[in-house]
Amino acid sequence: MELYSLTIHELLDKLRTGETSSVEITASVFGRIDAVEKDVRAYITLMRETALAEAARADLAIRKDGIGALTGIPIALKDICCTNGVRTTCGSRILQNFIPPYDATVVERLRAAGAVFTGKTNMDEFAMGSSTETSFFGATRNPWDLTRIPGGSSGGSAAAVAAGECIAALGSDTGGSIRQPAALCGVVGMKPTYGRVSRFGLVAFASSLDQIGPFTKDVEDCAILMNVIAGYDPRESTSVPEEVPDYRRFLARGIEGWTVGIPKEYFIAGIDPEVEAAVRQTIRVVEGAGAKCIEVSLPHTEYCLAVYYIVAPAEACSNLARYDGVKYGFRSEEGRDLMEMYKKTRAAGFGAEVKRRIMIGTYALSSGYYDAYYKKASQVRALIKRDFDLAFAKCDVILTPTTPTPAFRIGEKTDDPMQMYLSDIFTISTNLAGIPGISVPCGFTAAGLPVGVQFLAGHFQEGRLIQFASAYEKQAHIEKRRPTL
Amino acid sequence: MEKIKISQDEVTHVAHLARLEFGEEEKEKFTSQLNDILRYMDKLGEVDTTGVEPMTHAIVQKNAFRMDVVGESLPPDLSLANAPESRGGCFQVPKVIE
Repeated sequence: MELYSLTIHELLDKLRTGETSSVEITASVFGRIDAVEKDVRAYITLMRETALAEAARADLAIRKDGIGALTGIPIALKDICCTNGVRTTCGSRILQNFIPPYDATVVERLRAAGAVFTGKTNMDEFAMGSSTETSFFGATRNPWDLTRIPGGSSGGSAAAVAAGECIAALGSDTGGSIRQPAALCGVVGMKPTYGRVSRFGLVAFASSLDQIGPFTKDVEDCAILMNVIAGYDPRESTSVPEEVPDYRRFLARGIEGWTVGIPKEYFIAGIDPEVEAAVRQTIRVVEGAGAKCIEVSLPHTEYCLAVYYIVAPAEACSNLARYDGVKYGFRSEEGRDLMEMYKKTRAAGFGAEVKRRIMIGTYALSSGYYDAYYKKASQVRALIKRDFDLAFAKCDVILTPTTPTPAFRIGEKTDDPMQMYLSDIFTISTNLAGIPGISVPCGFTAAGLPVGVQFLAGHFQEGRLIQFASAYEKQAHIEKRRPTL
Repeated sequence: MEKIKISQDEVTHVAHLARLEFGEEEKEKFTSQLNDILRYMDKLGEVDTTGVEPMTHAIVQKNAFRMDVVGESLPPDLSLANAPESRGGCFQVPKVIE
């Protein structure tokens, strides 16, 4: 077994016994990158030299002080997390030369835990997309089938973990951007509760929805990364000063006697039959583990997409007003005065999907339309949140498909924005309600494409999700397949 | 004929508000796509929201106050390091006043 294909906890065990070193692990990961990156294209920027130096330091630290939470483990960062001295593009032309003068809080925390950074992964421009095709740097491919998309917006992180181009990765999730690519690439992905992980240094898309979370090969690794990144940050005023439990403690507890809600609105016409069959099978598995499944209703589910595509663009058009060609980023040389410079900079700096969302958001917030769009959407959002509150009064966790279909083909949906938006139909409600969600692999289609199942819980119940997902993972006996690259 | 939600002229106006500009062909494509998306939003009209308080944040939070003390901030050279143009410790922009 190659080192790059192992999990964080397996590698930490080997580092602890001295069986391997961080330099060997890091070299194995970069060897894998050299072999497959030309096909997968998971990264925008590789950090090979600094990674090898960090690995050497980690090996010294292990000998001197013993092992920390992530000492010597190669981790990839979605290119939306600011890294001091390393360019952070957000997949956009407008930030293609932006070099942050500080680290995001999550980067600081990973660094302090001893992580080695492999590089910055590809993503849809400003995290707006479900396929990683809107990146200015070109599309990432799905390691399971190179003619297909890896999902998005954190497609580079998901593909890098699936292909062995890092041991684990961070992504961000505004409407499914961690869970959807995790499902389509056959890895574990968690979106924590809004406020659980600091957004300081995360390039903002929709500030009331954005949340950073981990991509890992299994649930135990997810718990390990959550232990490092979760927690209050005084620099981020929406981060919550609530105590963070040790998530590893939830791993082996079992789910005997738990009640699982199956929302009837999530098993709809249009869902791929193979996806539905795989998700139905998970219901039998968790029942086999001692849980009881009941039907619950989330009656406003059919409105989630419309609410999201008002709220997210409204917040995005405000957040993206900062890209004006003055303080950082690309500037068009064509403008003769300030107003022309702004317009030409933004017209040339942003791609089509970003412009579309800026336009929707600006329209929805503009005088005369505010009540009909933004206010109405915010009211329906409250009803969506209430649906979840009522459902969680009857069950411990909710189980749904993560996506309606397996990975689709590159180019299949790029000309039809509404079709692309529909691929997030099962993940968006989580962000609107602010609750945590996790996607876990639950099987493969006949064509060999991974399928994911999503578990949801109430605010700050990440421990419960890890407990449930870990019990499922142990019982499911999902075939240990790897993409053939 | 489906209802027009946003005309090409309105697209031009919204583009100005958003400090964007489009070529003629791009504007036509955008107008048609924005109409599709906005028509989809009409769905929300089906929901009775009488008396529902709008929700603008995912979790209930009070204002996060902190003490008004001087902390560390970025030094000027680092603040200007990413600027397309700067001069004399300032960001430089094209002429604003004729």
